[in-house]
Amino acid sequence: MTPLFQLCLRMGDSALILGHRVSEWCGHAPILEEDIAMANTALDLIGQTQMWLGLAAEVEGQGRTADDLAYRRDAAEFCNLLLVERPNGDFGATLMRQFLFDAWHHEMLKALAASSDDRVVAIAQKAVREVAYHLERSADLVIRLGDGTDQSHRRMQKALDGHWTWAAEAFVADDTDAAIVQAGLMPDPASLRPAFDATVNEVLEAATLTRPDNDFAHQGGKSGRHTEHLGHILATMQFLPRAYPDAEW
Amino acid sequence: MSKEWPLWEIFIRGQHGLNHRHVGSLHAPDAELAIKHARDVYTRRNEGVSIWAVRSSDIVASAPSDKGPLFEPSNSKVYRHPTFYDIPDDVGHM
Repeated sequence: MTPLFQLCLRMGDSALILGHRVSEWCGHAPILEEDIAMANTALDLIGQTQMWLGLAAEVEGQGRTADDLAYRRDAAEFCNLLLVERPNGDFGATLMRQFLFDAWHHEMLKALAASSDDRVVAIAQKAVREVAYHLERSADLVIRLGDGTDQSHRRMQKALDGHWTWAAEAFVADDTDAAIVQAGLMPDPASLRPAFDATVNEVLEAATLTRPDNDFAHQGGKSGRHTEHLGHILATMQFLPRAYPDAEW
Repeated sequence: MSKEWPLWEIFIRGQHGLNHRHVGSLHAPDAELAIKHARDVYTRRNEGVSIWAVRSSDIVASAPSDKGPLFEPSNSKVYRHPTFYDIPDDVGHM
């Protein structure tokens, strides 16, 4: 597997799994306006998935499509960050997960605009405009709810404490990341940390939330070692195309 | 105090430099989120280049019961329509 294929899988799988997670809110969000906003975010992420997995399938050259990669792989072949497979929890936990992901995602896409591969640059440039809005929205809501009522503050702090050690995986390079960096396709993951920290610190301060004093990073998602949650996501997401392989839509 | 968020009227300017047009209403806790919600609810299909949000309670409306005195007097004033002029052919569409 080439570094370019691996990069596309890692970007595409995180977008796909988070997109699916967010889509689980469809029809269940607290109010109509937020329901539509969540669906828009989910659709943006699924759209980005089509681009990343489409490019992955193209560079793999084995005749597989983006749909094959999304629907015909098992959990151990998925390369998404562990953060995005974490359960939705309450609305606050979903928003906090979104904010931590967006704060990394935005920096990553900005940096990918300098990738050595033109196709990666094109996808990053299209996606970064969508993700800039995702980050603006999730940061705004984290601030409003963190600095809101006693109950909303307590829930947001709990969400932050719960997600924190799962968010750091994005900045820890494994051997595959090193090869992708070596090929000039993406920046060193650790180099994105200062900008991420600056965004997170600013938003958490405005939200009157306390940044956890814990640098531990759960790892493994990028190389296919997942939490038990991913299997359940795939069971739902992949059921139809696996049960009805000839289905078309 | 009502726990329901206030209602906002949303106006969108389309792609072609036209006037802002009323497209509907939505709930939002304040002006900033009203714009964000309007973006998410009413511009999903590339409808707009500009959004106005106005608190519904700030709209001043004519009373339906005043319809007669307000509008009926203009029914019989055909001379207010510029239909009594001959327009030269070379003016074209007007």
